[in-house]
Amino acid sequence: MNNVFVYCELEGKQVVDVSLELLTKGRVLANQLGVELECICIGSDLAGIEKQVSPYGVDTIHVFEAEGLSPYTTLPHTSAIVNLFKEEKPQICLMGATVIGRDLGPRVSSALHSGLTADCTQLEIGDFDMKVKEGDQLVDKHYEKQLYQIRPAFGGSIIATIVNPEHRPQMATVRDGVMQKSIVDANYKSKIVRHDVAKYIPTTDYVVKVIERHVEKSKNNLKGASIIVSGGYGVGSKEGFDKLYELAKVLHAEVGASRAAVDAGWVDHDRQIGQTGLTVRPKLYIACGISGQIQHVAGMQESSMIISINNDPEAPINKIADYVIVGDIEEVVPKMIKYYKKEE
Amino acid sequence: MNYKIVVLAKQVPDTRNVGSEAMTPEGTVNRAALPAVFNPDDLNALEQALRLKEANPGSTITMLTMGLPKAIEILKEGLFRGVDSCYLLTDRALGGADTLATSYSLAQAIRKIGKFDIIFCGRQAIDGDTAQVGPQIAQKLDIPQVTYVEDILSYDDKKVVVKRHIDGGTETVEAPLPLLLTINGSAAPCRSRNAMKVIKYKRANTNIAIDAMSDEEKAFFKTRPYLTINQLGAAEIDADPNQIGKQGSPTNVKAVKSIVFKAKENKTLTSSDEDIKSMMSELIASNAI
Repeated sequence: MNNVFVYCELEGKQVVDVSLELLTKGRVLANQLGVELECICIGSDLAGIEKQVSPYGVDTIHVFEAEGLSPYTTLPHTSAIVNLFKEEKPQICLMGATVIGRDLGPRVSSALHSGLTADCTQLEIGDFDMKVKEGDQLVDKHYEKQLYQIRPAFGGSIIATIVNPEHRPQMATVRDGVMQKSIVDANYKSKIVRHDVAKYIPTTDYVVKVIERHVEKSKNNLKGASIIVSGGYGVGSKEGFDKLYELAKVLHAEVGASRAAVDAGWVDHDRQIGQTGLTVRPKLYIACGISGQIQHVAGMQESSMIISINNDPEAPINKIADYVIVGDIEEVVPKMIKYYKKEE
Repeated sequence: MNYKIVVLAKQVPDTRNVGSEAMTPEGTVNRAALPAVFNPDDLNALEQALRLKEANPGSTITMLTMGLPKAIEILKEGLFRGVDSCYLLTDRALGGADTLATSYSLAQAIRKIGKFDIIFCGRQAIDGDTAQVGPQIAQKLDIPQVTYVEDILSYDDKKVVVKRHIDGGTETVEAPLPLLLTINGSAAPCRSRNAMKVIKYKRANTNIAIDAMSDEEKAFFKTRPYLTINQLGAAEIDADPNQIGKQGSPTNVKAVKSIVFKAKENKTLTSSDEDIKSMMSELIASNAI
């Protein structure tokens, strides 16, 4: 009871990275709270699933295995979780901020009337004080060991810490790559609970049918790239990005982009770096014409070295950069290519 | 088939490019300085609704928004593009709501509006990026949802087939009516205003505003009932006070802080050949590239 739960998302038979990252975070939170870590796996072929998740320190694995539970559709997965939570009363539930997590999380939170915070960048445990209505009076109430759900908000101009003191579970989604996965013990022993699916999921839930599904491996390797050349609104146009691709090619780097450049239609969405895109940790991050709103910085601040090229010397990103080049991208990038070729 | 369509939309501060003019001297955002706009994904949702209506003569679109009184601006944008009737849900008691309390209020308003076949909303709003309100409304109305929809491929009186975006690809999904769809920003962009409709609807106003007008003006609106936008408050939607506004919101904001980057010691260079050359040499020497 009152444990930390993680919903494990599957792509085929594989538990996706973000779920393993959340198991790692969930283990840390469970230790701080002195409770256990449990996870939920829902699908149609889950044989051996424990081999993938146990090493992350999962105490109990809840398995819901039946035809029709894969590929994911909203209603059956919602019912499994909601009905399980009515019995287990978890204090925390974490999900990936993936298309699935962002479809499922709000549905579950609405059914349980619990708070849900999207796209958290940090999760911590701490106390909270609040005035609460008791009868006609407002009294101070102290809540211990709450989940701090920390996320940039309002276009990334502020960082908000959210708590849900009166409702359980405290639910949060986190983007892929924001947390880091780490194995606790390759031989960690988990208890496996196989649930009677029909008891949890009414047959009327199987109303949405997936007719066709195309999933391609990511066209870029931004997550694993050691050098990233990234462009923002200051790049100015789709053509402007051609120069960035050229620099990236020379440096064996990947091209990323800020949200503003993606919204402008200059770059594919799958190259967006930031709170609502990818989180990256390259050796070198070259930010071209990126002002550095926190929503972007949240996704790249752990880069080992940062170069900022911007004609605004006051651009916020310059503060976290190792090299600041004040100048036009069209002038600087070709020079970088030229001198790299010469010096190499 | 004649579809009864509901479109949900939100007026949001334009957070896409928070310029220096919108920053206070303390470095926080001055929300009032940001223009209020029609939430981008909701425009994609409106377009899908308009296409469904056009392909099925006799269908009607009702548009609903919750927000400040000035959110009437986006309802009029809907009328200018082919929406048939509008509801403005506005009440101080509804303010301070998180996504859960917002979805409760909107679900109550939809019940009040009446029977529907399909609800369209944007995938998410740019002021919060949570993508939660659509699925939470579907849960409260006990209907299925399909999120991240990019296109409607086919439909009949019982179901629709849609293409949706998923991580790393797309999915084709069949879902029964009544249904809620959230439309992705990658769906077809919204058409522009129709000049004839702008002329027809430019004086549209809420029943509350009209009630406060002179008798002469009231008479004008009485002969043109299509110009009246229905304003709803907490009482009109039979809201449970414990489920709306701040009181009905499980989430609390513990702290908000403006971003202060921890400044690193850095080298500031110009775009001169000399500067770029020496930087590239340093990077190569340190194996950074």
